[in-house]
Amino acid sequence: MTTLQKPVTADGLDAHLVVEHAPRAGAVCAAASHGAAPHAAASHATVVAPPFRLDVELSARPGQVLALLGPNGAGKSTALRALAGLTPLTGGRLTLDGRTLEQPDARLRVPPEQRPVGVVFQDYLLFPHLSALDNVAFGLRTRGLRKAAARAEAAEWLERVGLAEQAGARPRTLSGGQAQRVALARALAPHPRLLLLDEPMAALDARTRLDVRTQLRRHLAAFDAVAVLVTHDPLDAMVLADRLTVIEDGRAVQHGTPADIARHPRSDYIARLVGLNLYRGFAHGHEVRVTDEAGDDSAVLATADEHSGPVFAAFPPAAVTVHRTRPETSARNQWPVTVAGMELHGDQVRLDLLGPLRITADITPASVAELGLAEGSQVWAAVKAAQTRAYPA
Amino acid sequence: MTHPRATPTGDDTAASDPSAVRRPGLRAGRRAAWRGGARRGGVPAALLLPALAGLVFLVLPLIGLLVRAPWGSLPTALGGGTVWPALRLSLFTATAATAVSLVLGVPLAWLLARTDFPGRRLARTLVTVPLVMPPVVGGVALLLFFGRNGIVGRWLDSAFGITLPFTTAGVVVAEAFVAMPFLVLSVEGALRGADARYEEAAATLGASRFTAFRRVTLPLVAPGIAAGSVLAWARALGEFGATITFAGNFPGTTQTMPLAVYLALQDDPANAIALSLVLLVVSVLVLVGLRGRWTGGPA
Repeated sequence: MTTLQKPVTADGLDAHLVVEHAPRAGAVCAAASHGAAPHAAASHATVVAPPFRLDVELSARPGQVLALLGPNGAGKSTALRALAGLTPLTGGRLTLDGRTLEQPDARLRVPPEQRPVGVVFQDYLLFPHLSALDNVAFGLRTRGLRKAAARAEAAEWLERVGLAEQAGARPRTLSGGQAQRVALARALAPHPRLLLLDEPMAALDARTRLDVRTQLRRHLAAFDAVAVLVTHDPLDAMVLADRLTVIEDGRAVQHGTPADIARHPRSDYIARLVGLNLYRGFAHGHEVRVTDEAGDDSAVLATADEHSGPVFAAFPPAAVTVHRTRPETSARNQWPVTVAGMELHGDQVRLDLLGPLRITADITPASVAELGLAEGSQVWAAVKAAQTRAYPA
Repeated sequence: MTHPRATPTGDDTAASDPSAVRRPGLRAGRRAAWRGGARRGGVPAALLLPALAGLVFLVLPLIGLLVRAPWGSLPTALGGGTVWPALRLSLFTATAATAVSLVLGVPLAWLLARTDFPGRRLARTLVTVPLVMPPVVGGVALLLFFGRNGIVGRWLDSAFGITLPFTTAGVVVAEAFVAMPFLVLSVEGALRGADARYEEAAATLGASRFTAFRRVTLPLVAPGIAAGSVLAWARALGEFGATITFAGNFPGTTQTMPLAVYLALQDDPANAIALSLVLLVVSVLVLVGLRGRWTGGPA
């Protein structure tokens, strides 16, 4: 329906985004979370904020879904706005299907309305004065379709997202899930070559989220161009994306497939998200000397993998066993620890254990009762070397 | 119930002032609670008496108008030759002035609210000048600019044969000059209140800035535009100073209701009261007709 720039060289998205600015007051910009203190990542800056610099390279091929995962304020949304042309780049270059959309040093900048880009905003931003149908038809009309034709095509899109009956409804009468689907249809209708989704699940309650995520996955699978998804929810990223770029403090800290990143996290933030205990250390054969933040040795971990040099070592919380006394098992990784915190996590109890290492452990409520655990309890924690992975840092 | 508690809390706050400095949050909370109690207790006379006096001052003269109205001779007075031409002229010129204000004022408000050009603050100040300036001064200024010998008026006259002063068009110009700032400020406020991200959403859907303005921004701020139009219309309807200075007082062409009222007061007070009543009724009708529906927008 719409004429699109045919690919010249490499199809898909190739971007080196550099944006420097002071975070706007009131915008969803958090204080730069310093690598050493990921706990503070959720704190929102309001007025005084340090100058912010985003510098990431992103690439994705048509048909791929790339997720930008990172804590609040890491620069994910800025990256998305930059891709859409809503925030100008201060450096770098943005190329889509072989066509350069923005390149500051060449004074080249295609305005947002001329980019073949569709955006699903976090709070959808459906035009409140237009019906669902006219919202979807909006992008078709601006691209020159006549009213009747635009509406007919918009109706098809609404049907595709299962909202044919809501065509005449005003956005405020739609449920969160319905509004999200209208927003998706609105963004997809003009056949963008780059679909941007900003925290598409954030505004939904947990029950709707499951449903919507499944549907979104289906629509993204059917989408033949590049989709970029911004999220701080690892589950969204794992379920929806083929490729993942982890952004922290305005920089890309890791890039890969979701499975790869989940297995081999390279930052505390990711390790925490995917529920792994992660340590940085120095490997010698099957042993990793774990160093604390000050660089001192704190413990030695026996691992399944053999390496030498700086490595990450990781094991899941479920691999940890907790004992009242020093266990007589073959596990070589065992330390006396103090229970610093306990909370229910699914049907498991998640323990925060302090010792030579800080360890997160998941055990059953029955074990908690059996061991008579309480905060402050002195126990032993053990991890089998076979469940501990090491990979180069 | 609040009184017995309020006193000790107050004493406590006063007595432990140093700790109040150390723990401002707690103290502030308690003070607010204490003040809340006082607020519920009643309205201080120092506020109540001037408030009532103000209300009486605003309402009584209108009641005086109703009381002294020559109700018996009203039909005769209204049937006279001055009322209807003046009323018709007033309604027409006020509406035309509002239309002019809309066409020029809404884009001006958009410029002030949505763009950042050098001198924007100065422009905003200049827009409000006619708001605070005595309308007679506005009339004089218009004469010097649009008059037969004015800077632009001379050229309008020689090039197009158009003369504005002392014509109905001149009335519209004078009224628009005085009324437009009301509309601009009202619409600018509405624009600032409207979420600019809708315009960004429109841009990502291929809408140019003008298309986004026309199809998204304008509908979103419609209540503010309506409220501004009502304000401007009411201001134009009551315009006196600039109109009589710039357009004169010719029955049928430039004699609007306010001018007719003033003139009638000189030689036929009963007629002036009748005219005033008509004007009052028109204003109240507009206010009642639009109340809630249009004036609810951010203004």
